[in-house]
Amino acid sequence: MEYFLTEQQKLIKSIARRIAEERILPARAELDEKEQFPWELIKDIANADLFRIFIPEQYEGMGEGSFALCIAVEELSRACAGVALTYAADALGAFPILLYASEKQKQQYLPVIASGARLTAFGLTESSAGSDAGNIKTTAKRDGNEYVLNGTKQFITNGGEAEIYTVIAITDPTKGARGASAFIVEKDTPGFTFGKKEKKLGIRCSATRELVFHNCRIPKENLLSKEGMGFIVTMKTLDSSRPGVGALAIGLAQGALEAAVAYSRQRVQFGHPVSSIQAVQHMLANMAMELEAARALVYATAKTIDSGAKSFTEEGAMAKVFATDMAMKVTTDAVQVFGGAGYMRDYPVEKMMRDAKINQIYEGTNQVLRNVIALELLRRKGLRG
Amino acid sequence: MTIQIDPDKCTGCGSCVPVCPFSVMDLVNDKARVKEGCNLCGACVDACTFDAIKIEKAEQKVGEGYRGVWVFAEQRDGKLKSVAYELVSEGRKLADKLGTELSAVCLGHNIKDVEQLICYGADKVYLADDPALSDHQEDLYTGLLLDLIRKHRPEILIAGATAMGRSFIPRVAALLYTGLTADCTGLDIDPETKLLLQTRPTFGGNVMATIMCQAKRPQMSTVRPHVFKRGTPHKERKGQIIKVDFKKEAITSRTKLLRFIEDLSEKVKLDEAEIIVSGGRGLGKPDNFQIIKALAEVLGAAVGSSRPPVDEGWISYSHQVGQTGKTVCPKLYIACGISGSVQHIAGMGTSECIIAINEDSNAPIFQVATYGIVGDLFKVVPMLTEKLKRSRGIV
Amino acid sequence: MNIVVCIKQVPGTTEIKIDPKTNTLVREGVKSIVNPFDTYALEEGVRLKERYGGKVTVITMGPPQAEEALRETISLGADEAILLSDRAFAGSDTWATSYVLSKAVTKIAQYEIVICGRQTLDGDTGQVGPELAEMLKIPFISYVSKIEEIKDKHIRVQRMIEEGHEEIETTLPAVITVVKEINVPRLPSLRGSMKSKTAKIPVWNAAEIGAETDKAGIPGSPTRVVKIFFPKREHKSEIFQGTVEEQVAKLAQRLEKIV
Repeated sequence: MEYFLTEQQKLIKSIARRIAEERILPARAELDEKEQFPWELIKDIANADLFRIFIPEQYEGMGEGSFALCIAVEELSRACAGVALTYAADALGAFPILLYASEKQKQQYLPVIASGARLTAFGLTESSAGSDAGNIKTTAKRDGNEYVLNGTKQFITNGGEAEIYTVIAITDPTKGARGASAFIVEKDTPGFTFGKKEKKLGIRCSATRELVFHNCRIPKENLLSKEGMGFIVTMKTLDSSRPGVGALAIGLAQGALEAAVAYSRQRVQFGHPVSSIQAVQHMLANMAMELEAARALVYATAKTIDSGAKSFTEEGAMAKVFATDMAMKVTTDAVQVFGGAGYMRDYPVEKMMRDAKINQIYEGTNQVLRNVIALELLRRKGLRG
Repeated sequence: MTIQIDPDKCTGCGSCVPVCPFSVMDLVNDKARVKEGCNLCGACVDACTFDAIKIEKAEQKVGEGYRGVWVFAEQRDGKLKSVAYELVSEGRKLADKLGTELSAVCLGHNIKDVEQLICYGADKVYLADDPALSDHQEDLYTGLLLDLIRKHRPEILIAGATAMGRSFIPRVAALLYTGLTADCTGLDIDPETKLLLQTRPTFGGNVMATIMCQAKRPQMSTVRPHVFKRGTPHKERKGQIIKVDFKKEAITSRTKLLRFIEDLSEKVKLDEAEIIVSGGRGLGKPDNFQIIKALAEVLGAAVGSSRPPVDEGWISYSHQVGQTGKTVCPKLYIACGISGSVQHIAGMGTSECIIAINEDSNAPIFQVATYGIVGDLFKVVPMLTEKLKRSRGIV
Repeated sequence: MNIVVCIKQVPGTTEIKIDPKTNTLVREGVKSIVNPFDTYALEEGVRLKERYGGKVTVITMGPPQAEEALRETISLGADEAILLSDRAFAGSDTWATSYVLSKAVTKIAQYEIVICGRQTLDGDTGQVGPELAEMLKIPFISYVSKIEEIKDKHIRVQRMIEEGHEEIETTLPAVITVVKEINVPRLPSLRGSMKSKTAKIPVWNAAEIGAETDKAGIPGSPTRVVKIFFPKREHKSEIFQGTVEEQVAKLAQRLEKIV
């Protein structure tokens, strides 16, 4: 399928692919086994300038948009979803700054994020606030020239490894969800510590930790935009990062499909390669179709965002739900095509299946997002321009 | 070739001065004089109407004045390396074919057994033994060897293609503007021209080339250790050991050795081992080197490796056999799970007996193996180890 | 710090064509790569630039198609690249090559260090590094596995030899050759790749670098290849047949006779 990439986008794709094939592929099994954060690979990704993709040129970035970011995430994910997530979550953590920071804040943080020298993370989720994001309890009380943060964030990707955190906290408890604000908090700020590293089903090389704020004082200059904007910052940030999650799912499914096709061609049963069995062929055909449809949807969403669309909540939600549900199915079917071998950790597909699950949950569960899609659909009375 | 001006015939007319393309003619005390830089082109001879200038065109052969085969006998910490004896043995054959002398050059400090070089075939040994040379610094070696060559003019010089040989011998060749051929696997004398025929592999051994250094001297070659075999030493052989003086102020080292860190990981040194058991990519993971080590222990052998396991970090570089590793020539080389790339064979192909164990019958290693088993090394090697243990009564 | 890196474009070894007239390699039409050992040299040069500031200039002597290899080095972090190309350079042996390179380095004039790979895939001699150093009349250290420090015009390195490692110090400028243990070369970067597409790569010929043509190419080379042949592998090996037990038994029998 031709998607008309520009020269620069083609370059991004080929460089991300080289990193995936030459560096990530040989390391992924061990990183998964040992649950080790992929620092060496992050360095390779940084050296290749991939962190510059989503940063504007005036801040030492390449000024590319959502589509270019999706291409990079997809290529990295094809080798390992955990590594791709570390990269994609960095974009997630950067979006609040990209979208809502002051010029001074942008000058201070974006160049260093672009170089990949310091990673970012987005801190929203809490133990009592998953889908119910409005129910967050972390507070930020203004005290003179500072804000004092108290509370705990849960399940934060890149937690403990990142140095720049964009955190959502309640500044005005009387206003409920509208009383939330967004802040930049740096690692090693006194009062900011991390909880244990979570042990997960999949994406095991990705670091997931609690962020613990205990009378953590930050300068008032670390407020992003205005007090009370936290909810809007969150919504816009998540909208912007949804295609990236979709891209991660596509890359993951692509890798699984390739592995399944290759295996089915060389595995011989009853005197023939299993790829000659119609039942298997139909499975592979369905996997390929759904993957291609998901890809088209994610790319279309990314290009819509890049065209400057003001609102893309519905598209983003559709792309994320469709692609992640597809990836769960494709990776599961890939294990099936591998048969018994697919269940064994010596083969790559069981990891892909384990990696796929989280994508249906984070960044808005696929159930919540269906609510979002339905509401948008009803609001526009099902009509399409 | 010489140029001469007859003062009796020269009238000081100066016709020769402007015609010289190199501007080396002038008049001194009304007589023509040739300065340095004369190329013997003869333009002045043509210009002189008094026949006062003569150029003697003597029939001189290329390489005239260069005689003798030299071997750079490398040593380390006072001990001569095996390659020194191997090259003296081979050099002796070359010298005999040319009907000339074989000399060895030995530079270092407290070098033992220098007479052995004579036993192996050298007629002379030029020996520079001085504490200043104990750090093996190449600036000093380059300077000393260069001096010796300029003084004594050998027609051939061969040296070991060791780290040191490959580092300082090219420097000597560069300064002498002479030809150097690296990693020769064959040396011979062309019966007609009496020139050195140097044969070496290129493209990792896929193509062999024979090279000559026709016009420049000395003709220089480096040879890898264990490519040639050392001959038999003859205790009765007589020769001269000539002490070389060197003025320390004249030759200084720009590099300084701060410290040396020895690699102690090998119990049996690979280079000198009589039996080597090697593992390759077919081992699959680092722990499986245990299988190789077990067999090596029973045989009293050294453990070797092809390049992939070293690249993967399964075993250290000091065990690597091959083009960018060590060249070995043991009595017995057992290759387990090694495909036999050209680069690996370059490092062990001259072993007396090669045994290959590989599950791929098309693996190139079988083309050089004396004996082979096409099979699963994980079954064959442990079984072999057990069998040998039992037959040797080792429990 | 001004760093010069010498690279060579070599053929991918699967296709080898020899010109029967000159007994040298036919380079046109063969897929070419940057000599793998030179990628370590380039990486080390770029790391030095990142550590101490400065500029990396890559040079190579080759036919016009060698420009491709130079562009690749720019995508890998080189700041500038220069192609040394002239009909007169063709067929150079290591002496003539080192001579041409030395003239180019001399023309570059401002440099603290020259870095080369330890040997090429096709020639395998490893001679150009040391010969170049001698022609430039500067110190030389081979098989460098680590650059410890550069300070006050001195460089301290670790060097790999058969017996272990030496720690050596010398003055700059100097020439070093590096082994692959020294680093892991980076992959091309986005900005580097874009820069390499538009970079201007000057071509210097013999006149430009003041190289005497009788010291380059075939006339300038003291060595000449007089014959090329493919090694014969007439070898009969005995492959043991039978069950694993039978194979091992036969092998063990042979072994007992040898050891």
